Amino acid sequence: MATLAVTRPPFGGFSFENCKRNAVIEGEVNKVGCSLPAARKTGTTICGVIFKDGVVLGADTRATEGMVVADKNCSKIHYISPNIYCCGAGTAADTEMTTQIISSNLELHSLSTGRLPRVATANRMLKQMLFRYQGYIGAALVLGGVDCNGPHLYSIYPHGSTDKLPYVTMGSGSLAAMAVFEDRYKPDMEEEDAKRLVRDAIAAGIFNDLGSGSNIDLCVITKSKVDYIRPHDEVNKKGIRETLMFRRLSFPEYIFMKHMGKAFQMVTVIIQDEEQLFMCVELHST
Amino acid sequence: MAAPAAMIPYFGQQMSSKNDLVPDWTRQEVSTGTTIMAVEYDGGVVIGADSRTTTGAYIANRVTDKLTPIHDRIFCCRSGSAADTQAIADVVTYHLNVHSGVIELDEPPLVETAANLFRASCYRYREELTAGILVAGWGGVSFKKILNPVAVGGSGSTYIYGFMDSNYKPGLNKDQCLELTAAALSLAMERDGSSGGVVRLATISEEGVERRVILGNQLPKFSSH
Repeated sequence: MATLAVTRPPFGGFSFENCKRNAVIEGEVNKVGCSLPAARKTGTTICGVIFKDGVVLGADTRATEGMVVADKNCSKIHYISPNIYCCGAGTAADTEMTTQIISSNLELHSLSTGRLPRVATANRMLKQMLFRYQGYIGAALVLGGVDCNGPHLYSIYPHGSTDKLPYVTMGSGSLAAMAVFEDRYKPDMEEEDAKRLVRDAIAAGIFNDLGSGSNIDLCVITKSKVDYIRPHDEVNKKGIRETLMFRRLSFPEYIFMKHMGKAFQMVTVIIQDEEQLFMCVELHST
Repeated sequence: MAAPAAMIPYFGQQMSSKNDLVPDWTRQEVSTGTTIMAVEYDGGVVIGADSRTTTGAYIANRVTDKLTPIHDRIFCCRSGSAADTQAIADVVTYHLNVHSGVIELDEPPLVETAANLFRASCYRYREELTAGILVAGWGGVSFKKILNPVAVGGSGSTYIYGFMDSNYKPGLNKDQCLELTAAALSLAMERDGSSGGVVRLATISEEGVERRVILGNQLPKFSSH
């Protein structure tokens, strides 16, 4: 029995219809010398550690678009439920939307059960969603929280595999952060030690990985409270620009003015000859 | 206007990946390179696995547990893609618990039932999945004779076929099986780059499941160099 070629009605999942067309466009654009705009990725260093009473999650705050920093202070630690937070690396939109979807589903689930949600539930929801999309949702997550069974920490990969560990790192700076963890992690740390360890791990990622930068955000989750510390550490503060100007009032008087942000200092100097002028400029510009 | 073959994007990778600050291994799929083994003895079965999970050249988890419980006395050893094997194991656990265990049967499920469930999933989605699974357990009265008392799997298994052929004898007891498994896994981990970490062992018998971990520095040593 012959069947007609009928266009299939669209059903769930991604549509790859335009990929061929996009590839052609990319080729044409590259020929002219330009490039297509890249999806904003969070180059990222994210990590988490379990300590005596709970979980500490940490993240940097740089979002990149190709080789340009798109957002110098973006928030990578996302809310899932009052006792569960999730750091996201990979494509910024994917991590944002995935965590929002699971957060909303988890709230409905929690209302239905009448209990505080468990970290294992959030983990299973996330891994099943990411597996369904076979890795096309570029979200690499560090999920941490405290529930009735204690503190839990999971790392979730874009293809849907998860690992339950006492310390995890993800993102392009994860190797640098993992080096710090492997050196200094101890089970049952105190809160301050854990915060310092996470801070150092993220700093290692920020200073040694080009895709990570700006500030360090921390989130400390314990049974009783959640501390969302943003920023915990501003390791890359923008410097104050200094400009040195000098004017000749009347020979041989010169006025030197140094601008530093809002403040400036002024000084009048008597100068005999050119050599002295150069020496004065050098002196005042340091 | 036809697009030349070279222009068609390869769906395994992101499209514009040039000039990217994000290194390659963050985009690689997580795979359990692996060496897994199962040895049957009179009264139960000993299963073992290494503990390394890799994304490309980076070890994502050096203490993975690849011996996943499917039921009280049925385990599966996972090798291949971590995501695929975790997903299949979850589906089979659900089926065994809901359909066989709680709703339909009063007695514990047979190991063959679990194996058939795995086979159904793996065969149906064989184009999309990368999974090699050993199913082992103690499952009541069985009417089918086990064909092979020893099974090895994973990328590291190729290095220990010779060792297994020469050292396995039928009629070993539980402790001899454990020693054999530990030795074989150590040899494979020594030679295979995708296997390593610690050795995880489990003994499944009528009494229950006994789990053991042999840390890296406690592994049996073979070569002097």
